[in-house]
Amino acid sequence: MPVNRVKFYQTGSYAVGNRLLDPRSRAVQSDPARTNAITTGHRACQGCGEALGARYVLDAAMRATGGKLVTVNATGCLEVFSTPFPESSWRVAWLHSLFGNAPAVATGVAAALRAQGREDIRVIGQGGDGGTVDIGFGCLSGMFERDDDVLFVCYDNQAYMNTGVQRSGATPPAARTATTDAVGPAPGNAFGQGKDAPRIAMAHGIPYVATATVADPRDLEYKVERAMSFRGARYLHVLVPCPLGWGSAARDTVRLARLATQCGLFPVYEAERGDVVAATPIRAAVPVTEYLRPQRRFAHLFRPELRTDVIGRIQAIADANIARYGLLEAGHD
Amino acid sequence: MTEQIEGSKAVARAVAACRPRVVCAYPISPQTHIVESLSTLVRTGVLPGCEFVNVESEFAAMSVAIGASATGARAYTATASQGLLFMAEALFNAAGLGLPIVMTVANRALGAPINIWNDHSDAMSQRDSGWIQLYAESNQAATDLHVQAFRLAEEMSLPVMVCMDGFVLTHACEPVEVPTVEQVGGYLPAFVPRQRLDPDAPVTIGAMVGPEAFTEVRYLAHRTHLDALSRIPALGEEFARGFGRPGMSLLAPYQADAETVVVALGSILGTLKDTVDGLCADGVSVGVLGLTAYRPFPGAALCAALRGARRVVVLDRALAPGVGGVVAADVDTALRGTRTPRYDVVAGLGGRPVTRASLDAMLRAAARDALDPVTFLDLDTDLLAGAAGHG
Ligand SMILES: Cc1ncc(C[n+]2csc(CCOP(=O)(O)OP(=O)(O)O)c2C)c(N)n1
Ligand code: SF4
Ligand SMILES: [Mg+2]
Repeated sequence: MPVNRVKFYQTGSYAVGNRLLDPRSRAVQSDPARTNAITTGHRACQGCGEALGARYVLDAAMRATGGKLVTVNATGCLEVFSTPFPESSWRVAWLHSLFGNAPAVATGVAAALRAQGREDIRVIGQGGDGGTVDIGFGCLSGMFERDDDVLFVCYDNQAYMNTGVQRSGATPPAARTATTDAVGPAPGNAFGQGKDAPRIAMAHGIPYVATATVADPRDLEYKVERAMSFRGARYLHVLVPCPLGWGSAARDTVRLARLATQCGLFPVYEAERGDVVAATPIRAAVPVTEYLRPQRRFAHLFRPELRTDVIGRIQAIADANIARYGLLEAGHD
Repeated sequence: MTEQIEGSKAVARAVAACRPRVVCAYPISPQTHIVESLSTLVRTGVLPGCEFVNVESEFAAMSVAIGASATGARAYTATASQGLLFMAEALFNAAGLGLPIVMTVANRALGAPINIWNDHSDAMSQRDSGWIQLYAESNQAATDLHVQAFRLAEEMSLPVMVCMDGFVLTHACEPVEVPTVEQVGGYLPAFVPRQRLDPDAPVTIGAMVGPEAFTEVRYLAHRTHLDALSRIPALGEEFARGFGRPGMSLLAPYQADAETVVVALGSILGTLKDTVDGLCADGVSVGVLGLTAYRPFPGAALCAALRGARRVVVLDRALAPGVGGVVAADVDTALRGTRTPRYDVVAGLGGRPVTRASLDAMLRAAARDALDPVTFLDLDTDLLAGAAGHG
């Protein structure tokens, strides 16, 4: 069956399978005529998940909107590495104002476009996890609550990377950061803290909320396209591994993003008007240790002794996610 | 046509006559009547083609205005006091990005202790934010300044704050001639932004600038402010020609060729002029020099206007703890090189009424050079003694 053949080709290399798809279904990145919204020359670290995520998201958004797009960026790695004056990597209309106000600035852009009768132009706000779930959270919630016509994208690398890897409200438990040292009886970040931003977004009842990772670019692109098919406030939370902050190899960025979903720690799903409508199933759950071990921010869980107690608590979080979103249940595939 | 109208309503109608495309606001006394009126004007269609955004904070209000202005829309907001402080980071950003946002500041004290009444602490705290600051003496001036502020802002590509005394002006009903859409149309051309977020001609706005160019960027900001010093009176004269009443100027002198000259800004100027009339009748030579533009600071014009003065009193409605008056320091800078004695008078903090009797006594003392370098007008020594007792 043709459907099966598409799936076969898409395993491992999604680009190869493109030839078998109708043009509209092909990956945006496989199109030589794509926008290249963020182009070469930027100063991101090798293997930066955020640079990858932003490229997928904006190229997909450019395709979905026919190039009629304005982008507002919060302060953070993405902003800093892309716009060292007098250079810019952006090939989209792009504005950086402050760290904590990107959702409100995006609202202002959307309001102006509405007043000008240019609602054909769409607005994306984007920022890191710190700019989204911490300092920008008030503005984000306000934008959601008013249902302003903005897609806000959070590139979640789970810490304040631009300032040197400090803990944020998205840092996972036990992770070592510059402000959660791996010392003492409870090394690394505390358990029982942090915000589940996508679920809080869902609680606003906004039209569309989704999570994604850079390990599944076609899924990410699809979610951007889907988000752009709605009017009103939308939220996309993208896991973007950071080799520098996570202490991982540059070549492992995509692998780690995949492991994060396959172990259940980062559930990938879509929600409409507050209800989950689809979740990406896990074929066989991998133990969290496979995800944790390649990252130096979790090294203290393995050396000098194996901290089965702490790892057990992390595994419990993954298991709870798997249960909550039915990630191992049949029927999703 | 002159009508009896509340200051806030007159300002709201003047702003509406300027046809802003985006108005955003977060409520705080004494600014509320302005944004309530604007909301009604938008809802009832009197102000068409305008988005009124009810934001969740002043930080968001200024941020929405930033986004709107960068998209080429004329943007307006209003605030006061704690609200102005809450948007401080965005204020510097709007000025740095050169976005011609116009904002009313209904001047109010800053806490703690929390106090909703009028003084100038709020706007003064943001004097170095890069915004142009214009101060209104009356409700007619406040109303007219808004029209001129949009013109000035868009010409200079700089944001402008119109400061009007909270309650004293915002809530006072006086006869005001409110500019009409037609009148404003002849004075304020359509907004043509210098740079705009446009998918057809994409630009990067707000890039990171390092040591190699930052000083130059700041120098240009300074120069733009200095350029505004000549544009303010020119635009004021053009306003006067079109509207048949005085437009803005840098300074508002009143018998300023006197021996003792009081420098002040805002609504206190009215009381000061009355006081000066009484003093002159008694043969005490006192005049007033009102400041309409506080940022940019009209230092050279001020210095020239004070050339004949034997002494200068600066009446401040704000306090720089450990220093004295705020405007006084600017006046000192302007008078640098002259030997004119200068007195700071800090008055009317947190809504304390500044009476003609107190001003009269203070100015008579000043005329005899019998004033302390820094005077707190009407300081209640009994209250202080009580506070000391409670140690
Ligand atoms: C008001 C304010 N506070 C702090 C900072 C310093 N700051 C700049 S970027 C940043 C970290 C950004 O973290 P995140 O949003 O997660 O983005 P990342 O760099 O990790 O991609 C911080 C703390 C700032 N620029 N502004
Ligand atoms: S620190 Fe992390 S997020 Fe920042 S540029 Fe490097 S890899 Fe990317
Ligand atoms: Mg981060």
